[in-house]
Amino acid sequence: MVILEVRDLGLQIDSALILNGLNIEFWEGYVHAVVGPNGAGKSTLANVIMGLPDYRHHSGDILFEGRSIKNLNVDERARLGITLGWQEPARFEGLKVSQFILASAREKNKDEVDRVLELVGMEPTRYRNRAVDKTLSGGERKRIELASILAMKPRLVMLDEPDSGVDIEAMERIFEAIVLLKQEGATVLLITHSARVLEKADHAFLMCSGMLVDKGETGKILEYFSGKCLPCPHKNVPDLNSAGETGGKNV
Amino acid sequence: MSEELVEEILESINLHQSFDRGAPHVVINGNRVLSSRVAEGLEIEPEEMPDGVRASLRVRRGVKIKPPVHLCFGMLPEKGVQKILLYVEIEDEAEVSFMAHCTFPNAVDIQHLMEAEIRLGRKARYSYFERHWHSEQGMVRVVPVARIKLGEGARFSTEFELLKGRVGAIDIDYHTDCQAGSSAEMKARIFGRQDDRIKIRESASLDGEASRAVLVTHIAVRDEAMAEINNEIIARAPYSRGHVDCKEIIQGNGVARAVPVVEVRHPKAHVTHEAAIGSVDSKQLQTLMARGLSEDEAVDLIIEGLLS
Repeated sequence: MVILEVRDLGLQIDSALILNGLNIEFWEGYVHAVVGPNGAGKSTLANVIMGLPDYRHHSGDILFEGRSIKNLNVDERARLGITLGWQEPARFEGLKVSQFILASAREKNKDEVDRVLELVGMEPTRYRNRAVDKTLSGGERKRIELASILAMKPRLVMLDEPDSGVDIEAMERIFEAIVLLKQEGATVLLITHSARVLEKADHAFLMCSGMLVDKGETGKILEYFSGKCLPCPHKNVPDLNSAGETGGKNV
Repeated sequence: MSEELVEEILESINLHQSFDRGAPHVVINGNRVLSSRVAEGLEIEPEEMPDGVRASLRVRRGVKIKPPVHLCFGMLPEKGVQKILLYVEIEDEAEVSFMAHCTFPNAVDIQHLMEAEIRLGRKARYSYFERHWHSEQGMVRVVPVARIKLGEGARFSTEFELLKGRVGAIDIDYHTDCQAGSSAEMKARIFGRQDDRIKIRESASLDGEASRAVLVTHIAVRDEAMAEINNEIIARAPYSRGHVDCKEIIQGNGVARAVPVVEVRHPKAHVTHEAAIGSVDSKQLQTLMARGLSEDEAVDLIIEGLLS
């Protein structure tokens, strides 16, 4: 069953075409990956789906469970169960970790705060009263953001570059949390250009220059990382006509 | 009847279950002293006036009052004037801390006027935390005026917090004179909404050698609220040190003005200041909204953190 459908999505920012007639269907309960080189439009796609203010002037439509969410604000989309984890999570001066998690939690109690902190490998007694500010490392803030997402119990989670700025141990915890989200029935969308993250997905989409150029099993898309995408001679400016004819293999 | 009023006042500040009646305290509603308790070395002499209460508080020389003295000033009616005249004397080497709550849960048109004269003796210690609880809809006019004199080596700190409910109008005017080796720290944290008006004038005069003062004001205004902060430190003595910190956050049509004034009259004195006025960070806002908070809820939470 399709939980989210992107229909003919186009977005232009400062005369640059960032998304170009994108059509994608995300199946419910899967871990999807959207991969592609820098500038492919992956993060923009997530921002458009979330409805962030600078990304609302797109063409095409976005359907969540068959209903257009194009005219909904960020918080209205979130209340439907859609959420986004940023590549670089925000800092909140003075706001305690427990307050931050409780703000999104469905079950607003201390036990829930402790539960989700433990799930991301953070000792509650050490972290719940700390501020979500610069005193935390990027990796710690990333895990706290993930804890807040777990507490929200979302239907569709988009994680933008979940491995960026985190050490190996934190990365393992984040991967475990992704598995947990799936087990709890969430659909996960990983925005990445990392082969390691891609391996955690059930299914993947390859984007380049704002277009979908291929999709399929993770192993198939992984080939682009190992041989075909990285030596790419055209430096993120693919021959789009050719891409359409060959399923994107010239990318 | 008094007992019921005490309960009602304590309930309005969520202290009805945790309030320790055995600890030193004073509970006032309007112009009536509902309950009070002293401790050895602590004298509290309240006197009811037609429109408020006059009270003198004294801590005897060398006495250290360990549990905080709880002061609760309430006005349960919707309308009225409450004047609080305080004379506080903390004698040499004495120590005390106050936890004050001012509550106006049903306010529609309330004036809360406070005039305080506070004297700290040599090496005395005094801290005063004041939290205000106002109604969401009403109009409260709060005008606290305090004149503070610090003896040699005395330490004084005060913190004013008004984050819940509508401010109404507030006009704070505190001044501290600091003798040698003494220190003063004055903080205010206020969140104004709708057409609230906030005025703060805090000043310190560093008269004695090596005296110190820090004035910290963190204000947030949203909707049509306005804030004006005028904080001033004058350093007249060698090795005196001071710092003025004004941080204001505006949202919507809020207006904030900060005027930190530093004046140095001795070549071996040093005073610094910082003032920043900004808006709520859009990424913070988007993060919280992406978890399901409305824009208003997200702004309130961000500001709560910034003012904490």
